[in-house]
Amino acid sequence: MAAGVGQQWVLVEMVQAFYEAPAYHLILEGILILWIIRLLFSKTYKLQERSDLTLKEKEELIEEWQPEPLVPPVPKDHPALNYNIVSGPPTHIITVNGKECINFASFNFLGLLNNENVKSAAQASLKKYGVGTCGPRGFYGTFDVHLELEERLAKFMRTEEAIIYSYGFATIASAIPAYSKRGDIVFVDEAACFAIQKGLQASRSNIKLFKHNDMADLERLLKEQETEDQKNPRKARVTRRFIVVEGLYMNTGDICPLPELIKLKYKYKVRIFLEESLSFGVLGEHGRGITEHFGINIDDIDLISANMENSLASIGGFCCGRSFIIDHQRLSGQGYCFSASLPPLLAAAAIEALNIMEDNPDIFQTLRAKCERIHKALQGISGLKVVGESFSPALHLQLEESCGSRENDVKLLKRVVDYCMNSGIALTQARYLEKEEKCLPPPSIRVVVTVEQTEQELDKAASLLKEAAQSVLN
Amino acid sequence: MLVAVLTYVGYGVLTLFGYLRDFMRQWKIEKCQNATEREEQKDFVPLYQDFENFYNRNLYMRIRDSWNRPICSVPGAKVDMMERVSHDYNWTFTYTGRVIKDIINMGSYNYLGFAQKTGACQEAAAKVLSQYGAGVCSTRQEMGNLDKHEELEKLVARFLGVESAMAYGMGFATNSMNIPALVGKGCLILSDELNHASLVLGARLSGATIRIFKHNNMQSLEKLLKDAIVHGQPRTRRPWKKILILVEGIYSMEGSIVRLPEVIALKKKYKSYLYLDEAHSIGALGPSGRGVVEYFGLNPEDVDVMMGTFTKSFGAAGGYIGGKKELIDYLRTYSHSAAYATSMSPPVVEQIITSVKCIMGEDGTTIGRARVQQLAENTRYFRRRLKEMGFIIYGNEDSPVVPLMLYMPAKIGAFGREMLKRNIGVVVVGFPATPIIESRARFCLSAAHTKEMLDTALKEINEVGDLLQLKYSRRRLVPLLDRPFDETTYEETED
Repeated sequence: MAAGVGQQWVLVEMVQAFYEAPAYHLILEGILILWIIRLLFSKTYKLQERSDLTLKEKEELIEEWQPEPLVPPVPKDHPALNYNIVSGPPTHIITVNGKECINFASFNFLGLLNNENVKSAAQASLKKYGVGTCGPRGFYGTFDVHLELEERLAKFMRTEEAIIYSYGFATIASAIPAYSKRGDIVFVDEAACFAIQKGLQASRSNIKLFKHNDMADLERLLKEQETEDQKNPRKARVTRRFIVVEGLYMNTGDICPLPELIKLKYKYKVRIFLEESLSFGVLGEHGRGITEHFGINIDDIDLISANMENSLASIGGFCCGRSFIIDHQRLSGQGYCFSASLPPLLAAAAIEALNIMEDNPDIFQTLRAKCERIHKALQGISGLKVVGESFSPALHLQLEESCGSRENDVKLLKRVVDYCMNSGIALTQARYLEKEEKCLPPPSIRVVVTVEQTEQELDKAASLLKEAAQSVLN
Repeated sequence: MLVAVLTYVGYGVLTLFGYLRDFMRQWKIEKCQNATEREEQKDFVPLYQDFENFYNRNLYMRIRDSWNRPICSVPGAKVDMMERVSHDYNWTFTYTGRVIKDIINMGSYNYLGFAQKTGACQEAAAKVLSQYGAGVCSTRQEMGNLDKHEELEKLVARFLGVESAMAYGMGFATNSMNIPALVGKGCLILSDELNHASLVLGARLSGATIRIFKHNNMQSLEKLLKDAIVHGQPRTRRPWKKILILVEGIYSMEGSIVRLPEVIALKKKYKSYLYLDEAHSIGALGPSGRGVVEYFGLNPEDVDVMMGTFTKSFGAAGGYIGGKKELIDYLRTYSHSAAYATSMSPPVVEQIITSVKCIMGEDGTTIGRARVQQLAENTRYFRRRLKEMGFIIYGNEDSPVVPLMLYMPAKIGAFGREMLKRNIGVVVVGFPATPIIESRARFCLSAAHTKEMLDTALKEINEVGDLLQLKYSRRRLVPLLDRPFDETTYEETED
C-alpha cells in the first residue's frame, strides 16, 4: 500500500516536471527519441563483403589460377588396379588368369549360377523380350516378369509387398533416403557395409554409430536420445528414428542379435531396417533369412532389403515389407524412379532360382553343414585367424598380428592368395575403399563356401591355406 | 497468358478438392483407402508427414493409370500391353487378363531399335547366356572381372574415340558413384539447372560445393566461372582445387542439346574440367551415332569425362565412362562401384558388344548406319509435322526427344487415356519432374518406327489435339528455314 502511494507520488512529480521543463529540453529529448527509433528500425550496417577488384586484377587472377589435375596418378603396382581376369563363367571351376581353380571367391552360395533350369528360363525370356527394357518403371518399363517376381518374393518372404531394383548396391542406398530425411536420427552399426553408408550420406540425417553388435552401447545411445527428447518434446514428436543393421555382416561375418533389437524397438519406439544381402537364402529353415532363423514375426521388421546377387545368382535387389512402407518407394526411391528397370531375362532367372529354393529346402542345411566343416578346418592356422560365425558362408581370414602398416599386411595376404591360386584354389582379398569407409575393417582374405564344393575340396582348401600360411608368414 | 491462368485455376481447384477430401477422410465421412500403420506401432513417430503425401493422394492418384503401364512383349516399335481396370478410382488395379496388342510405342527409349527379340544381337546374347550364366556374384575388384568385360571396355573406347573406358552395371549408379570419386571437399561443381537426378545425387554425395547455372545459358556459366576463380572458396578465400562442369548431351525432359562448342571454349579458357552425360545422345546424334561430340564435329579428347548409358540406344543396361588412361586407371582403383558393386551380367555385355559393332559397321552390314540415318529422318519429319499442326514443341530440331506441351493438369490424364484408346502409347509427365505449370507429353522417336507408324501417330495426335484444344502455338512455322543448334523454345506470345 505504501509502495503504491509512493509510486503515485513519483508519477505526479514526473508529470509536473514535464510541464515545468523548458522548451529546448523537450525538443532535444524528442529528437533523441526519434533517432533511437530510426536506429532500431533501419537495416543493419553491412560490412563491405567484396573488395572491389579492377578488371585487370580479375584477369590476372584468372590467368594465375592453376587447378589440380583431374585425377592424381595411380602407382602401377597398386593392388586394386590389376584385376584378375576370369575367362569363362565364374562357376565352381573357374579359370583365373589362365589357371583353372576351384572357386572359393564368388558369392554363389546355392550354386545357381550354372544351373540349367535357371539358364533355360532366362533363355525363354530372352526370346520373348530381348535384352533391355528401354525405360524406367514409370514409362513402359514394367514387364509382367517384374510384377511376377515382386509377387513371388513377397509370398516367399511372407510379407505384403516387394519392390525390385535393377542394381544391388542401389537397393539399400535408395531405400534409406526415401524414409529418413534431414533431421531424422539413424542408429547404425559400425560394421555396416558401404552401400548403407552411402544411403545414410544421401539422406542427410543424423547418424549415430554404435559399436558392432553391442546392444548395451545402442541402449546407451537410445537413452541419451530419450533425455534429449524430453528437453524438446515438440521436435521429438516429428523426428523419425531408425535402426539399420545387417542380418549377416559382410565385413565381419557375424550375425546381429535380432531378438534384443526387437525389444529395444518397442521400448524406445524406433523402426528397424534390416539388410539381408548375405543372409537371404542362407539362414533359416527355408532360406527366408534371419527372421526365420530366430523365429521372429516378419511384421516386426519395418523393411527388409536384400540383393539378388548372392544366393539368387542374378542381378539386382529387392525390398519387402508391408504395403504401407514399400509403396512409398515407388515414388520416392531414386534408384527405382530414375533408372531403367531390371532386364527381363535376369528377372526370369531370379524367379526360377526362387522356384528351386522353394522346391529344395534341404540345400540350406547342406550349406550350413559345409560352412561348419570349413570353419572348423580353418581353426588353428598359425598366423591367420578366422573371423565369422560358424554358419556364415562368407568368412574372413585376418592376420593374427599385423606387420605394422596396412600396405604391408595387404602385400603379405596377397602372397598367401597367390600361393593358393597357383595350387588350384581361387581366393580373393576383401576389397575396400580405404579413404571412404567410416570404420575400415582390417585387411583379410575372403573365403566363400558354396553348396557345390565337395568335402574333399573343402579339406583341400583348408590344408592349402595352412601350407600357404606356413610358407609365407613364417 | 490465358493458358497460364487456366492452369493455375486448374491446380487451385484440385488443391481445394484435395483439402476437402482429406477433411472428409479424417472425419471418416469418406473411406480411407490408403494403407495404414500397424496397430502395435500407432504410437511411433509417423513415418510420413501428412503434407508430403498431399500431392500423392489427391493429384497423382487421379491420373495414376497413365504411368507404370505393364507390358508383355519386347519394347520395340509396337508393344503389347496388359489391360488393367480400376473400380475404385485408381486406388487398386486389377488385370482383366486381356492383352492390348500392337500399340505404337512412343514412350520407350529405343532410339536405334535394338530392342528386338530376333536378330544377331539376340542370338549372340543367347549363346553367351548358355555359356556364362546370368549372374556374376562378385565385384570387379574381386572375382567378377570377366574377359567379356575387358572386351567390352576396349570396344567402347574405340567407339568413342578415347583412350580407355570402363563399364558399370547401372547408368544411375555410374553417375552417383563416380562423381564422388573424382571431386571432393574443396572442389566446385557447376551443374546445369535441369540435370538428371543421378548427376544431382552424385554431386551431393561428393561433398563439393555446388552452384547451378541457368539451363544452357553460357553467360550464366561464364559469370559463375569468373566469380569462382576470382573470389575462391566462400569464406576462407582459398583457391578452388578443381572446377567440374556437369552437363548432359540431350536433356530428357526438354529435348534440348547442350551448346557443346561454347562450353568447351569456356572450359579451356578457365581451365576447368567437363563431365558430359550422354545418356540420351549416344547413338542418337551424329552421322555415325557417336553422340553429341560428333554432332558438333569436335574432338573427343576435349571432353575430360565422357559418360553415357547403354540402356537407351543399345537396348541393354548399364553405363560407361570414357576418357584418358590415367582417369580410367584411377576409376578402376577408387570408384565405389568397382569395389563394392557386382559387375555386369554377361548376356547384357554381349548385347552391347554386338550392337556397338553393328553401329560401327564392323559386323559387315550397313544396318547400323541405316538406322542412324532413319532416326535422323524420323526426327526431322515428326517435329516438322507437329509444328505445322500447331502444337508447342520444346527442344532442338535434331533431338529425338520431343516434348509436347500440355500445361493444364486435367489434360495430362486425358491425353494419356485418349491416346491409349487409339492404340498409341505415350508418356506424360507432370510435377515434380517438370515445373508445375509446364506439364508435357514426351515422344521418343525410334529408328524402328516406319513412316506409316509415324503417320498414324500424327493423325491421332492431331485428332486428340483438336479434341483437347492443345494447339497453343500462335506462330506459323516458316518451312525450309535452316536453324542450327540454337535452342528453339516456342512460348506463348501476346499478339
